[in-house]
Amino acid sequence: MVMTAQAMPALMPCWSCKGPVATRALFCSVCGAVQGPGPIDHFTRLGLKATFDVDLDELEKQYFGFQRRLHPDRFAAKTPKERALSQSQATALNEAYETLKDPLKRAAYLLELMGHKVDLTACGTISDKSLLMEQMEKREAIADADSVETITKLSAAADTDVLSCQCHISAAINGENLDEAVHLTIRLKYLVKLAEEARTKKSRLTRQAR
Amino acid sequence: MSDDGLVMLQLCEPGETPAPHESERGAAVGIDLGTTNSVVALSFETEVEVLRAADGKALIPSVVHYKDDGEVVVGQAAREAILESPDHVVTSIKRLMGRGIEDVKSLAGTLPYTLEPNPDGGMVRLRVAGRVLTPVEISADILRAIKARAEEALLGKFVSRAVITVPAYFDDAARTATKDAARLADIEVLRLVNEPTAAALAYGLDNSVEGLYAVYDLGGGTFDISILKMEKGVFQVKATGGDAVLGGDDIDHSIAEHFLSQRKVAVGDHPISSGEVKQALMTARVAKECLTSRPSGEWMIEVDGKPSLHTMTREQLESLAAPFVERTISICRDVVEDAGIDVADIQGVVLVGGSTRMPLVRARVAEFFGRPPLSNINPDEVVAVGAALQAEALTVGSDTLLLDVTPLSLGIETMGGIVEKVIPRNTPIPVAMAQEFTTYQDGQSAMAIHVVQGEREMVDQNRSLARFVLRGIPPMTAGAARIRVQFQVDADGLLTVSATEMTTGVEQQVVVKPSYGLTDDEMATMLRDSLVHARDDMAQRLLTEAVVEAQRSVLAVQSALSVDQDLLSADERQAIDAAIEQVNAACAGSDRDAVTQAVDDLENATKSFAEKRMDRGIRNALAGMSVDRLDGALGGGE
Repeated sequence: MVMTAQAMPALMPCWSCKGPVATRALFCSVCGAVQGPGPIDHFTRLGLKATFDVDLDELEKQYFGFQRRLHPDRFAAKTPKERALSQSQATALNEAYETLKDPLKRAAYLLELMGHKVDLTACGTISDKSLLMEQMEKREAIADADSVETITKLSAAADTDVLSCQCHISAAINGENLDEAVHLTIRLKYLVKLAEEARTKKSRLTRQAR
Repeated sequence: MSDDGLVMLQLCEPGETPAPHESERGAAVGIDLGTTNSVVALSFETEVEVLRAADGKALIPSVVHYKDDGEVVVGQAAREAILESPDHVVTSIKRLMGRGIEDVKSLAGTLPYTLEPNPDGGMVRLRVAGRVLTPVEISADILRAIKARAEEALLGKFVSRAVITVPAYFDDAARTATKDAARLADIEVLRLVNEPTAAALAYGLDNSVEGLYAVYDLGGGTFDISILKMEKGVFQVKATGGDAVLGGDDIDHSIAEHFLSQRKVAVGDHPISSGEVKQALMTARVAKECLTSRPSGEWMIEVDGKPSLHTMTREQLESLAAPFVERTISICRDVVEDAGIDVADIQGVVLVGGSTRMPLVRARVAEFFGRPPLSNINPDEVVAVGAALQAEALTVGSDTLLLDVTPLSLGIETMGGIVEKVIPRNTPIPVAMAQEFTTYQDGQSAMAIHVVQGEREMVDQNRSLARFVLRGIPPMTAGAARIRVQFQVDADGLLTVSATEMTTGVEQQVVVKPSYGLTDDEMATMLRDSLVHARDDMAQRLLTEAVVEAQRSVLAVQSALSVDQDLLSADERQAIDAAIEQVNAACAGSDRDAVTQAVDDLENATKSFAEKRMDRGIRNALAGMSVDRLDGALGGGE
């Protein structure tokens, strides 16, 4: 039989009752057996709309809801095959949750879904000259900070930069300025790193002051 | 035609089928396998009963006495034998689980037993009463005693399965060692659950708490702190931290050292005997407990007819204990930071572990978290209570769910001894992550992979978990090969590693040699040596598994028949019914081969039925008809 892929949901035989089941289904509608994780994106997996503006409470609610049904603890008394499938499902849910929870990972992931790959793992040099200058200046300021007061201000400023960059990413993606969004996501990566450095330094100085 | 199909369909709602043979599989208990004491409990309809000895005591001292005649005594009687035969009694074995000789060197001065050199490295071995034992075997002896206690308390009911708790901060080697010990004791581990998470479960269910909670768990040998979010029955660990070798024992040692230096003054300078160390330790423990409720006290140590008198005030005790307590507070601070929260966001602090009875600990915890801690469930029993609840949840079902995390980062050694992290700490489990590595020499055909656990940048500052060699890499120029190393951590927190060379796509079979674990051969030997009834038990377990699998197959076929039986001719239907009968008959017997054969026959008998069902599904999908039905089971969040 010739099939036109786009015309129908992908079907495969249920491993348990051998009947047809949608590749994205969690359970077989006929025999109830848990299925392996389907080839779907993280947003779909958690039943969310593909957007940068994820409501974190909603994300958590969906994640808990799916884990309630698929976590290996629900299958502890089942057959080894069902236990293994539930572990793969829970693993896929955790990956989706961890990706979407973090604004940086979420932006990079969403842009990749939209056909614009952002390489966050590249540890290469910053190609953007103004970003490079800004980073160097801020990093120096953090390194030079020697009082709790100074570092607290710098840390708060770094956190604000992170939040404002996220707002710009959201606007860029929603306005379909995807090249701009990619650029901002790379910027966000450096801002997050900077904010972390500031926070670490802040707790070190706070501890010393005690 | 029978209406079996409809009846069975009801039984197989997703996630709700109770396992068949539930009663035959024995009771499922919760075990808190502690450094100093162990506790076992059983939950029935979320009512937990701590299983006590005839005298009402819940705590089983985690102490083992190996007698010269080969008898093994565990518990209070073993503890009482410490003084008369110190070389025959083992205490605090949990601190050595999954540890190598290098790890315990720092403890060497304070360890009251002799370590046996092991030329192959690996887990430490103890010389006790002329025998050489691994910590796994000694823990198995404790677990056997716990199992016997439970069976006695349950009036002879068979106990075969358990949730066993481990410190959240236990590394992979220690977790594996714990699971191995259970295997030796013939206990099927339903799940290894982190102690603070178990305690949170006990609190969460009793007090129906919501929001962010901290669990501060200071036991005899380990310290854990976990931050959890509790919401509508979900217990999500946000961050966890601790020290696997920090606990009340350290305070005891510190007091004992103080007593021994006093004793040198009282009875004259002399080399300290192992008997003196043990008696000083016991006295220290008594003193510590006394000073919980009294401001000061006086104790006597008498060894070899030489008595010495020791006084101590609570202030003195607290100055000895303070460095250890401060260390726990500093870890709390790190974990709160890791969780990305403010101390003020935490709505409650739960105390777990006998060492939290110390007034100093309570005061410092209250001060750090800015609120008095909760301890309305007995801190000695709360972990076992949580474990019992989880054992019931895993076997019978439950509305609650524990979502735990990796306590320590997992990584790989790269060039220059630097660690490349593959899974960061506090990642929700189960988790699978992969990292790609490449060759650094032309034509390199093998690559050594060294797996480590810990937070430090350099390999030698972290715990080595395993080493293996990936062979058969096709000859390529340096940097051309792409070797994908996949780390997988299951719901027990246990790691498996696999590696694939991506350009050829061939998965390499790798044998992981655990750095501090026991090899499969060692385990096999121990199992042979220790289990008299091993063969029967194993056969029974395999039969039970085969029957469960067979019954699942029958249910699946009956569900399929209930929706698509019109695809079958009368003859075809009869053949399938006959095959089902065969499976049911085989399941009623005790021949495992017959069961698997019947299942294979059923599969063959339903092959063409399955093909017809797939054809119908595809036809329907093309016609756009039953997409709803096929998609229906995708399910929603809540």
